[in-house]
Amino acid sequence: MAVKKIEKGVMVTLLILGGILMMVPFIWMLGSSFKPENEFTVIPPTIIPHHPTWNNYSRLFTEMDFFVYLKNTLIIVICSFVGLFLNALAGYAFAKFHFPGKNGFFYLILATMMIPGQVTMIPTYLIINKMGLVNTMAGIVLPGLVGAFGIFLFRQFMATIPTDLIEAARLDGSGEFRIFFTLILPVVKPVFAVQAILTFIGAWNSFLWPLIIANDEKLYTLSVGLSLLKGQYGTEFGLQMAGAAFMVVPIIIIFTFFQKHIIEGYTISGMK
Amino acid sequence: MREFAKQWNKNKYPYLFIAPAVLLLVVFSIVPIIIALVISFTNMDLIGLADYSNIRGVGFDNYINIFKDPVFLKALFNTLIYVVVGVPLVVICAMAVALLLNYGTSWLFKTFRVIYYMPSITNIVAVAVVWGYLYNGSYGLFNYILSWFGLPAQQWLQDPALAKYSLILLALWKAIGLNMIIFLAALQGIPRSYYEAAEIDGATGWKKLRYITIPLLSFATFFVTITTLIGWIQFFEEPFVMTKGGPLNATMSLALFIYNNGFKLSNFGYAASGSFVLFVIIILATIVQFAVRRKEVEY
Repeated sequence: MAVKKIEKGVMVTLLILGGILMMVPFIWMLGSSFKPENEFTVIPPTIIPHHPTWNNYSRLFTEMDFFVYLKNTLIIVICSFVGLFLNALAGYAFAKFHFPGKNGFFYLILATMMIPGQVTMIPTYLIINKMGLVNTMAGIVLPGLVGAFGIFLFRQFMATIPTDLIEAARLDGSGEFRIFFTLILPVVKPVFAVQAILTFIGAWNSFLWPLIIANDEKLYTLSVGLSLLKGQYGTEFGLQMAGAAFMVVPIIIIFTFFQKHIIEGYTISGMK
Repeated sequence: MREFAKQWNKNKYPYLFIAPAVLLLVVFSIVPIIIALVISFTNMDLIGLADYSNIRGVGFDNYINIFKDPVFLKALFNTLIYVVVGVPLVVICAMAVALLLNYGTSWLFKTFRVIYYMPSITNIVAVAVVWGYLYNGSYGLFNYILSWFGLPAQQWLQDPALAKYSLILLALWKAIGLNMIIFLAALQGIPRSYYEAAEIDGATGWKKLRYITIPLLSFATFFVTITTLIGWIQFFEEPFVMTKGGPLNATMSLALFIYNNGFKLSNFGYAASGSFVLFVIIILATIVQFAVRRKEVEY
């Protein structure tokens, strides 16, 4: 029994040590974001600032256009939720309808999962350019709106809904769209919630494609704005850390709140 | 015609439901791969973009020239290093963390599960900003920690020999979370009775790990290895935001090489040929992985 106790002690110590190492960048970021500029050259570096200040955060909105970046990021988030609905709609059709070409379309969608981003990046830019959508919100949002993985997950879950249930609703005279919104979506709520959180995180963090498509600062997202800040205020660590914290903290709060569902969602999708 | 109308009426809803998704995926995934293949045999650049009549077919020239390009060869070599060092590191660390987290079920283990997962949902630019500061030569935390042990300060991102490994460390930190969840899910699927039977036979902790846990994790290990491998072959974001491929192309990866040629130098045709070389490498690596797996013993 004593051996067991020692083993547990070693395991817990290792777990905590590793966890602290993983946390270092977060602690360093938060601490530094409240430091006044003159505290950054102090040796030894302070983890908790001696003279904490909100100044760095307010400068994000006065000297940089973080309000505009935030607004653009939220627009992208909302659009990505529309994409989530389109995924669910397609997943529903593949799960519960029989129509000519069904398997062909489904394999076509699955095939897009294997294509690496680097291959499609340049031609997609050329297509967006040809459509005249460079430097527009539509150009930023459209290419990533739907995703094969999301469609696949929705299909897997919707396949478990009894067909009798849908037939009964049809006999009651419900339209197909009505069935989808009032019957199917409520049933797949757990999957939908997980997908919604992951979609939110993805949209909030979107960086490369907005960077390629947006030439105008009016269309910058938070990530693109932050990389601009990194370039322009390279030596002002306080401002940079505040910008980083402004991006990271909301995601961490949302994640901590919903983490149980997300982690279980992965477990479920892994088993299916 | 009537037959068509009848068919359409019968199936109009499923077609309407899949139409937006199929249309978007065709326009932004299927068509692009065809365009990429076509332009990889042309000299498509900014002039070609302005007026398509200026585009000339160049046969296999792009594919021949790319293997003579010193930057491409350097990127190929760097990507090999990223894969060889990065893949085992990520797989071993993620498995070790999952084993630690699976040891107990108290609030402590649940809290640390969240902590280990956090880096993988953190924005890459924010990561670059914070790690850039951690790696800072004069005011960074890492050099300060080195000074405790009397070690000299390092130029983490400016030293060509060290920069690659600095990026690997950062990518490892970011990659543990997601992979650890996959291992954790697999660990929770191992029946307790296996361990109880082993205990009756007198197996110790290490023996149980070696002869029960790790063999039963073989599918999860395979899955994590293959996704991590593909991820490292496409290694892009970390060098892009931290070093831009420098110093002296020491951190240049294949994916970054393609991006630079496409969007910095506007050599679209040349970049497209590079992207197909990358695609072929990914396919080959995946085939090799499956071949190795088939040779392994099934449990």
